[in-house]
Amino acid sequence: MQLYDAVLDSRLLLGTARYPSPAVLEASVRASGAQVVTVSLRRESSGERAGQGFWNLIRGLEVRVLPNTAGCHSVKEALTTAHMAREVFGTPWLKLEVIGEDDTLQPDVFGLVEAARILCAEGFQVFPYTTEDLVVAERLLEAGCRVLMPWGAPIGSGRGLNNLLGLRAMRAHFPGVPLIIDAGLGLPSQAAQALELGFDAVLVNTAVAQARDPVAMARAFAQAVEAGAAARAAGPIEARDFAVPSTPVIGTAFRG
Amino acid sequence: MRIQLNGDWHEVTAADLASALAALGYGQAHVSTALNGEFVAVQARARTPLRDGDRVEVLAPMQGG
Repeated sequence: MQLYDAVLDSRLLLGTARYPSPAVLEASVRASGAQVVTVSLRRESSGERAGQGFWNLIRGLEVRVLPNTAGCHSVKEALTTAHMAREVFGTPWLKLEVIGEDDTLQPDVFGLVEAARILCAEGFQVFPYTTEDLVVAERLLEAGCRVLMPWGAPIGSGRGLNNLLGLRAMRAHFPGVPLIIDAGLGLPSQAAQALELGFDAVLVNTAVAQARDPVAMARAFAQAVEAGAAARAAGPIEARDFAVPSTPVIGTAFRG
Repeated sequence: MRIQLNGDWHEVTAADLASALAALGYGQAHVSTALNGEFVAVQARARTPLRDGDRVEVLAPMQGG
């Protein structure tokens, strides 16, 4: 799988938030086999310096970081956060989030396209958190995005792939574009389903971090993603409405 | 003068952003800054003057999804 200039073996991207401890986060990233983890920026207290410890932990994992603009509700906030993230994390990669609605954390797709156009022109390699809307996807590609990250369901909801028809249409409409299901997955089976549908990867956070055993769940997601990708490559059969006998009917006893 | 840093008000005598950060305990910290909503790069902090009432954001790496 190629995301901008990076060729990656793992099709599982992992978020780093909401783990019970830094040690569990570290063990979960290792168990997941993820080569990309998402990170964020928050206000730093001069006394605690909590961010420094976290950054040291992430650097020790030797994975790529994908900084997000979580919490940004306007283009202006997202642009400033993007520049701050590029400096702190030393990467042009950016998971661009412009949130439009607080209950669903649905992206503000108008602000998203506007911010993506500016940031791509400034040399950022943008991973937009978007919906399955084909017109928005087209605009994001025109803006310069080379990867799209449609939601499966609202962030943290664990609902899986809410709009199967829409996501299938998106996959079919953009066959050459890396598509990553971002947000809403709760179970490894849902991750496998995403890969079976032809999505290139999934980004998971809450489903792993808030599991009773995050390390075991990280491993389960890794296995599911691998199985889903293998199934896609193997060429799944088409679903049918009626039975098709699997045992050959020629030479069946007691007939004729 | 008084500036607002990460939402809290501070009395500072420093005339520029780099000096104010050092005075408020951020010397050598791996952080990124914004002044009144505009990004200020590390190299630009020393030549970025502060005015009374300025709002400064000091951000660091944090867990994210």
